[in-house]
Parts: sequence; C-alpha cells; structure tokens
Amino acid sequence: MMVHVIRENFLKQLSTTVEPGSCTEILSHEPGRMVSQGSILTNSRWMAILGVLSLTAIAVGLICLHFGAQPIAYGEVLRVLGDMASDRDRTEGTSDIARTILLQVRLPRILLGFLVGCSLASVGVALQALLRNPLADPYVLGVSSGAALGTAVGILFGVGTTFLAETALPACGFVGGLVALAVIYRMATTYGQLPIHSLLLTGVILNAIFSALIMFITSILDPNRSYGMMAWLMGTLTAPTYGSLVGLMIYLSIGLFLLFSQMRVLNILALGEESARTLGIDTEQAKRSLFVLSALVTGAVVSVSGMIGFIGMVVPHAVRLVIGADHRLLLPASALVGGTFLMGADTVARTLIAPTEIPVGIITALAGGPFFVYILLWRKDRLA
Amino acid sequence: MSGTSQHRAIGMMSSDSIPLLAQAHAYDIQSVRFRYQSNESPASRWILDNISFHVQEGEVLGVVGPNGSGKTSLLKVLARLMTPQQGYISLFGQDLSAKAQREVACVVGVVPQDSQMLFPFTVAESVLMGRFPHQSRDRWISSGFGWESREDMAIAEQAMMTMDIVHLAHRSVTDLSGGERQRTVIARALAQTPKVLLLDEPTAFLDLQHQVEICSVLRRLRDEGGLTVVLVSHDLNLVSQYCDRILLLDRGQIVRLGGPGEVIEPEVLESVYRCRVLVDRHPSSGLPRITLPGRPLQSSH
Repeated sequence: MMVHVIRENFLKQLSTTVEPGSCTEILSHEPGRMVSQGSILTNSRWMAILGVLSLTAIAVGLICLHFGAQPIAYGEVLRVLGDMASDRDRTEGTSDIARTILLQVRLPRILLGFLVGCSLASVGVALQALLRNPLADPYVLGVSSGAALGTAVGILFGVGTTFLAETALPACGFVGGLVALAVIYRMATTYGQLPIHSLLLTGVILNAIFSALIMFITSILDPNRSYGMMAWLMGTLTAPTYGSLVGLMIYLSIGLFLLFSQMRVLNILALGEESARTLGIDTEQAKRSLFVLSALVTGAVVSVSGMIGFIGMVVPHAVRLVIGADHRLLLPASALVGGTFLMGADTVARTLIAPTEIPVGIITALAGGPFFVYILLWRKDRLA
Repeated sequence: MSGTSQHRAIGMMSSDSIPLLAQAHAYDIQSVRFRYQSNESPASRWILDNISFHVQEGEVLGVVGPNGSGKTSLLKVLARLMTPQQGYISLFGQDLSAKAQREVACVVGVVPQDSQMLFPFTVAESVLMGRFPHQSRDRWISSGFGWESREDMAIAEQAMMTMDIVHLAHRSVTDLSGGERQRTVIARALAQTPKVLLLDEPTAFLDLQHQVEICSVLRRLRDEGGLTVVLVSHDLNLVSQYCDRILLLDRGQIVRLGGPGEVIEPEVLESVYRCRVLVDRHPSSGLPRITLPGRPLQSSH
C-alpha cells in the first residue's frame, strides 16, 4: 500500500538504523547516545537509586528496632531477627524480654509504619499527577478524613468488634475515601485541572464536613471508646497484631500493585489531559481507575493508622526535586522514602518523651506543615 | 470501505504514478456539525456547522479565520479529542470514531495551543513520551515498567535534532522559554512518527528565526516523508507562504478552500475579518502577501 511506503520513508527519515555498521555512516554518533546521557531514566540508574533507598530503609528499620523505652543492643536485635528468620528457639546472648519486645511490639509496629508511609507517599504521587498539582495529598484533600469517617461509621455499627474487624474496617475506609475522591473528581473534571486555590478549598470543605460527622460519632460513643477513637484519629501506629498486618497487606498489595502498574500512564497524565489523549490514553478510564485505587490504599491505611498527614505531599515533592519527575522512578522511590520517613518519625514519637507516646500524626504535621507553607509562599511559581 | 480499496488500488500501481497520490485523502470530513454541550444552554450554537472537505495526503493545509471561527475545535475534532454530534470523519479511509485513542495516536500527532509544563521532566524524557502509543501494546507490563528501546531513543533523538533541541536534552521543561517549550512539544509529536501532524498556532511563541525554521521543517517532512500537515494559525502571511492549500473558516462554516491565491483575496478577507487589508505579491515567492492598511502616509518634507 502506498500509505505504507510513505510511512516507511518517514520512519527511515526520522529514525536512524540501529545496525552498528550502518549507523556510523548515517550519523556521526551512536543512536540514542544524546538522550541517554543523564537526561533520561535508565535501567541502571533505576536499580542504583532504588537499591540505595532499600538499603537505607533496612538500616533505618534496624535503628528503629534498637530505640525504644528500653534500648536493645544492635547485636541482640540482629540475633533475634536471625532466630526468627531461621525459626529457631532463642540463641545465646538474647533474652526473652528482648525477644518479646522486638517481635511482638517493635517489629510489627515498624512494619506497619513502613507500609503506611509507603502507601501514603504512593497515593500522594498518584494524586499529584492526576490532579496536576504538586501539592495534592490525601490528607490535605480530605480523602483521609473521608476514609476516617467511613471507618468511624464502621466502628459505630460494631464492625470493629466482630471477627471481620481486620478485613472489614479497611473496606469501610475505602468507601469513605471513595466518597471524598468522587467529589474531588467532579471538581477536577469541571475545571480540567485542579488549580491550587480550588484544591485547597475542596480540602478545607471536605475536611470540615467529615470532621464534623466524625466528632458527632465520637460524641455518641461511650467515653472509653471515644478516647480510643480520638487517639486513632490523630494518627497513631499502635503495635498491631500480625493478623491485622496481614489484613492490611491484602488490601495494600492489590492497591499498590495496580497503582505501580500505571507508572507510565501517570507520566503521560502529568502532561495534562488533552496531551495524554493525543498520546493515546483513554483518560477518563485511567483517571477513574487511579482514583479508585487511591481511595482503596488510603482507606485501608487510615482504618489502621488514623490520619497521618503531609507524607503524601512532602515526600513526593522532595523526591521529585532530587531524582526528577519520571514516575517509573518517582513512585517506587517515594514509596521507599515515605516508608523510611514514617518508621523514623514513629520512633521519635514513641521515644521522645518515653514512656509517654506522642501520636505520630503530630510529628508528621509539625514536619510537613511548615514545608507546605514554604512551598505556598516561596515556590508559587511551581504551582498552577 | 471504498477508501481502503482506493488505497489498495494505488498501492498496486508502479511508483511513477505518483500524481495519483494527490487523490488519496488523509481525512474525509463529511457534513460535520459540532457544538459544546452544557446543561445550562442545551441549544448552544454550532461551533462547526456542516463542514465537508478533504485533507489530501502529503499536503500542508492551513486553517485560518477570525477568533471563535471554530479553527481549534476543528483541529480537536480531527484529533478525536472531541466527537462531532453529526457527520462522518474518516482517517485514511477508516472511520475515525471507531478507532481507539491509541490507534489514532499512532497515526496523528498533535501540537496543542498551550502546553503547560508543571512537572520537571527533562526535555529528553518529554520527547520520549511521544513513543508511548507505539509501546503500550502489551498494556500491563509496559504501562508500568517498560523501558524505551534503542529504536525509541533513536527516533526521539532524531525528532530532537529536527527541532534543534538536542542541546536542551537534560534541561527541565519547567525552565524552558516559550519557544524552546514549543519546539519540545513539536518534537514529541514527531516522535510519534505520525502520518498526520495537527498543529494549533505552532508559531505563536516563536521568534522570526524559529517561525521560519519550523515552517521549513514541516515542509521538508512533507516533501521527504510524505507527512500531512494541518496547521491552524492567525498569521495569514505565514500560512500563505508555507501552505499548499488554505481553509478559511468563519462562524463554523467554510468560506473558502483553495490555494493561497484563491483564498488570500482582499474582498474575501475583508468580508470575513471586517477590516481593510492590502494584498500584494511576495517579492520572491510571488505568493499573495497581506499588509494591514496602517495609518495614512505622512507627507515627507
């Protein structure tokens, strides 16, 4: 077909031949050389950065296991972990108390911190690309409070006391988060993108409505349960049972796996809706599924850890400044940094004035809030 | 489909029957009507009102007209960003509305009017994204983790060389000047290896040198690669010098469609733009050239 001949010619003209022999004749340089000199993400750079971040996460995890109301020596920490990994009884040089503290209290809590941090940062990355706004964050947008309301309603109707507690509360959170994101989605489609002022307004309004309803539920609960709920709302990582960790893992692994399978779609969506369509993306479908995934992950996390704010905004923003905007690296790197950051923040929260614990949400808000103000005041040029 | 059989017939002929190529249509637009639908005013006026024309394969077609005449809407309809309420559009003989967005993206490159760059992608990353429609065949793997192949990189690099932005490869798109950004967007569209390129005011932010450069590049791609170009512009002179045919729109309807000499005529332009213009000949190309009437000549002492 003639069309084909023309197309071939065009391709020939645009692309250089890949054979090593012929390319030297056509062009004086190796094909792909110019674009690969540090200006694009390569496989090796991806591996190197994520490798370093993973090792950092493990190192920080060990440091967090060491610290606590009662510091445990690193040697003992490693031996206990080794015992657990090889399924042995305790070896020389470890005590029963240390073993119990490490395996029943600190390790599950640190794992939870990591998972929550990972999830919130990942959702932050996704929402920022979707709404084309580098300040989007599940907490600021009111998705977290929607999820919290869903969970609170679940608790009110006694879902938390049934055998379903570990798997049903995340679902309640999911539904709550979905309601919030449905409103945000409407706003975003009406305006094409969500400019900073309408983003903040949406967040303020949603947060106000959802908090009012949560306060209402808290006030009609009996005092004991309402105190627990207040503590949970502020964002705490109390040592979970391994059962509830597994319950959370089920939701998160589905949500995060699907989210991570859309990394390149996020790249294209970040160019803007119209450009994304001209590059062949069915934007409505992509946006809808990404919003649902964000709600799923946020809902599951909030139902366990309450409202821990600003990680979804600060972490992706900082990571993007250092490694660039390509979501194939930005998303996993932000997840690792977010997880590491929350592990560390939680360790500060439980050791700063030990034995009293501060809700970790206070630490992240104190760290993230000023950052938010800084961006709003001095980096306005970066915003829409 | 009659269009497909037509292409097939041409394909079987020998290559010296090139003049027949002029008969092939990149786009067939038949009585297309389009309007924006909103809840408040369901009976808004037609932005495109009963438009029928062909875009010939391998031509540079300029689309001109006053503000609000429907130029951009026409381009968006051709890019399948918007679907007309009535009428039929075929792209190389195939129904445009039946094609998936990605199929269209493999054939049609679009340079939108304004491209905001919010995230600090590098210029090279941004151009490489033009390869996306060709890569996302096995959706699950490549939409998440895929890497660009050497072929993708070579194509992107060639596109960057064509647009003269290789030296900007590592720069962040958020730090570019308007012209550099525009050239990046055009390079991204070229990296799609399209058969048709749709451009909306591509020279709006560019200085004279780059205006000329881009228009010459478009013509060169047309001459050497058979690229079909549809170019929306306010700049009548630019369109007159660089386009094979010009489509003049007014209030959603076609006023004239033809070569520069047929469209750039004082009476036609004056009736559409409602102001006086002077039309003479370009000294070197001999094509029509318009001049604003300007203020009356001041008497020289």
